[in-house]
Amino acid sequence: MKTVKTWVSAAALAGGLAMASLSAGAARAQETIKVGILHSLSGTMAISETTLKDAMLMLIAEQNKRGGLLGKKLEPVVVDPASNWPLFAEKARELIAKDKVSAVFGCWTSVSRKSVLPVFKELNSILFYPVQYEGEESERNVFYTGAAPNQQAIPAVDYLMKEEKVERWVLEGTDYVYPRTTNKILEAYLKAKGVKPEDISINYTPFGQSDWQTRVSAIKSFGSAGKKTAVVSTINGDANVPFYKELANQGIKATDIPVVAFSVGEEELAGIDTKPLVGHLAAWNYFESIDTPENKAFIKQWQDYKKNPKAVTNDPMEAHYIGFNMWVKAVEKAGTVDPDKVIAALPGTEQKNLTGGTSTMLPNHHITKPVFIGEIKDDGQFDVVNKTEGLIPGEAWSKQLDGSKDLEADWVKLNCGNYNTKTKKCGGA
Amino acid sequence: MIRILLLSLLLGLAAPALAQDAGPADAYARLASDSYGDIEAGIAGLAASGEPRAGAVLAALADGRLLYRPADRALFIKQGGGLVDARTGAPAQGDGLKPVRANNKIRRALDAAQGQLNLASPDPGKRREAADAVFKARDPVALPALDAALGRESDAGVKRALAAARAAVLLAKPGTPEADRLAALPAIQARGDGDAIAILRGLAAGDPSEAVKAAAARGIQAVETRLAVAAAAQNVWYGISLGSVLLLAAIGLAITFGVMGIINMAHGEMVMLGAYTTYLVQDAIRTHAPGLFDWSLAISIPCAFLVAGAVGVAIERGIIRFLYGRPLETLLATFGVSLILQQSVRSIFGPTNREVGSPAFMSGSFDFAGLAITWGRMWIVLFALGVFLGLLFVLRKTSFGLKTRAVTQNRRMAAAMGIRTPWVDAMTFGLGSGIAGIAGVALSQIDNVSPNLGQGYIIDSFLVVVFGGVGNLWGTLVAALTLGVANKLFEPYFGAVLAKIALLIFIILFIQKRPRGLFALKGRAVES
Repeated sequence: MKTVKTWVSAAALAGGLAMASLSAGAARAQETIKVGILHSLSGTMAISETTLKDAMLMLIAEQNKRGGLLGKKLEPVVVDPASNWPLFAEKARELIAKDKVSAVFGCWTSVSRKSVLPVFKELNSILFYPVQYEGEESERNVFYTGAAPNQQAIPAVDYLMKEEKVERWVLEGTDYVYPRTTNKILEAYLKAKGVKPEDISINYTPFGQSDWQTRVSAIKSFGSAGKKTAVVSTINGDANVPFYKELANQGIKATDIPVVAFSVGEEELAGIDTKPLVGHLAAWNYFESIDTPENKAFIKQWQDYKKNPKAVTNDPMEAHYIGFNMWVKAVEKAGTVDPDKVIAALPGTEQKNLTGGTSTMLPNHHITKPVFIGEIKDDGQFDVVNKTEGLIPGEAWSKQLDGSKDLEADWVKLNCGNYNTKTKKCGGA
Repeated sequence: MIRILLLSLLLGLAAPALAQDAGPADAYARLASDSYGDIEAGIAGLAASGEPRAGAVLAALADGRLLYRPADRALFIKQGGGLVDARTGAPAQGDGLKPVRANNKIRRALDAAQGQLNLASPDPGKRREAADAVFKARDPVALPALDAALGRESDAGVKRALAAARAAVLLAKPGTPEADRLAALPAIQARGDGDAIAILRGLAAGDPSEAVKAAAARGIQAVETRLAVAAAAQNVWYGISLGSVLLLAAIGLAITFGVMGIINMAHGEMVMLGAYTTYLVQDAIRTHAPGLFDWSLAISIPCAFLVAGAVGVAIERGIIRFLYGRPLETLLATFGVSLILQQSVRSIFGPTNREVGSPAFMSGSFDFAGLAITWGRMWIVLFALGVFLGLLFVLRKTSFGLKTRAVTQNRRMAAAMGIRTPWVDAMTFGLGSGIAGIAGVALSQIDNVSPNLGQGYIIDSFLVVVFGGVGNLWGTLVAALTLGVANKLFEPYFGAVLAKIALLIFIILFIQKRPRGLFALKGRAVES
């Protein structure tokens, strides 16, 4: 039996090799357009980024079924930066210089994006960054398809103020650049709205915090000052599960102190029993539960691709969907994959998003997005309770912060990512 | 029967305030809607209508079982496998149904309405919950129902809750006379918790009467003193609880590192394997024997011990035994093993978290002298102590323990006495790894079951063992609890990040002074 198996697998291997060399030969003859995928497949961030790698592979396969791009097939090049920030830069260099990819889709954390920036500038390539981030940046070589703070944090706070009449705020975050900048923006925004400093409590916990007892009980007592209290959470991925478990165990219900999160999506909820969390909120630009024909088709495609009828979709996946299709349109418009021409062609490109609107790439390299507020349901999905009217254009520079108020990013007319409208000079505050 | 009569009488009394122009039919029609405002009005209308089906309909809405047909606004309740008509309770058929949606506002309205209805429930636990819901909602409509419920209540605890709820409603109702407001204050103060202080603060700031303001201010002081004492006790409890988690994570390492002297960087991965075993056991129980779910953790304990123990023995036999006496190489090799284990788990189970459920006895919290103690943490503390005592017993009272101690104290002498030292090494390493696996069962209840689970504990585990004194189990216990309590006492003042840094600095200084930790072993083995 064993020998038969070995023989069969050997034959399969040989066949596979032959096929591979055949297709490699064909590819050489036909020439492909290479697309780099720079997402961690091992290490801490694998939990979030692996899905994005698969989403990109699916999008590329779909595009190839439609006949590829400029008459050539697209060829994905996947590398694993292993959640190691300096390795991101190395792998980016490898993708651009050695593999000669035409564009790279990748990164999740801000620190990984910052570490690859110099590489993309130096080698003049294109990066599509699909995750919500803290803003305060606009680079010529980067296209930000995730939300800027004004497309997620500010509308969420507005919702709580208006609908839940929240007067007291706990800004709870993991200790790194995204929560710190977002909370700085939110604090300035809340103060401008007349919230007193003693009604704002800002706290940071280390990465991977697992013991939330003290923090949750502190939130409980902060919430008992006779004013409606809410928690704005920028807690990062893994620490969320124990945080929500502790909330449930200490009996804090969404009807008493709602928690609105910016980093908790369908994927994160997959690891928790969501019954005690019903009613807590999340703000995103996409929810799997949004009922549009485009979204249904996308979910079906994804579940077929993963061969798992329970596979969930999330916000950064939609960002890649939009970004990838915009890139395809820009390449078609430019008629080439030459980075300079594609970068010039991208602003103004329109792409239907999955939630029923049309997103546009702006001159500041951010896109327009709708903002949804969802409440967690007991099946781990979100029930959309609020939607902004129309699409919100992404702001690279926050209007709330002193350092960035006067800055403007415009790569079409000004050809500058940090034009100071006061001093009329490019180069920041 | 009398209760039902009473209930309808009460609701009849309460009804005129809200339902002058809205009968139950109108309330039902409003519930069958897509607009949150309408649903909210429907709930209030239904609660006040005296409709006998109100309780059932509201409960169905709270569970998400209430459906409506947009075409004719008919309401249905999902019950068992079928549908019943919400208004009559008769079995019904319907298609094109949509669930009546709820948001936080609706859920608050529901809590308040159900509170009013449940005040007359025969179950004291439900009545207490109802009283708390009314306390939170502070809706004057509930006052007659509260008065009636107070008059009939026999359970002292529920009576207190009802009195507090009545006081809260009176204070929130505009136009309550000053004397009544003053009389209501002690009942609020008696609750003595955060909600009570919230009401008192509101009064002290905004009440028109100076006498009420002064009384509220006195009340705040009394409650605050009580809360401060409770907060200190709470912090100590949190510390013990954190300490027990540290103890669980470190106790296996106390054997492999403490007793055997192996720097095992893959220790955290043994914990992770234990957590994944728990997931697999629960998964099997869910599909094959759902009735056993509450026992899933108990079943997981021996499984996790065996899985992690077996992997431990394999690592010892396959790698570590070639590296005895070469700590640097052991460190690097076990670090490599930890990466291999992480990535294999990631390849098999995927990078996302796995859900490990909590059995009923580990969810929620209970009140102990004003402290909210969560059941899960409580069980983990007891479990950690149980594991500790069990391990102590094995090492002190069994022949295997005797051999282990003999081998670690003087290997050559032990070998000369006929002990198979390689076998003892493998078994001891397996025991330490197995204990780590057991820790994984407990940690699956409070942390992410992900491939990275172990990384979060490895540094802390080494800290505990080094601080406690290498080779001493009691030292590990004292060190874990000390670090846990110290961390939790620092945290409220410095924040979580600084508390951790402060603790590290403390340990560095301590190790400078006492390089062998709290309880240093004395003897020839150590000297050499």
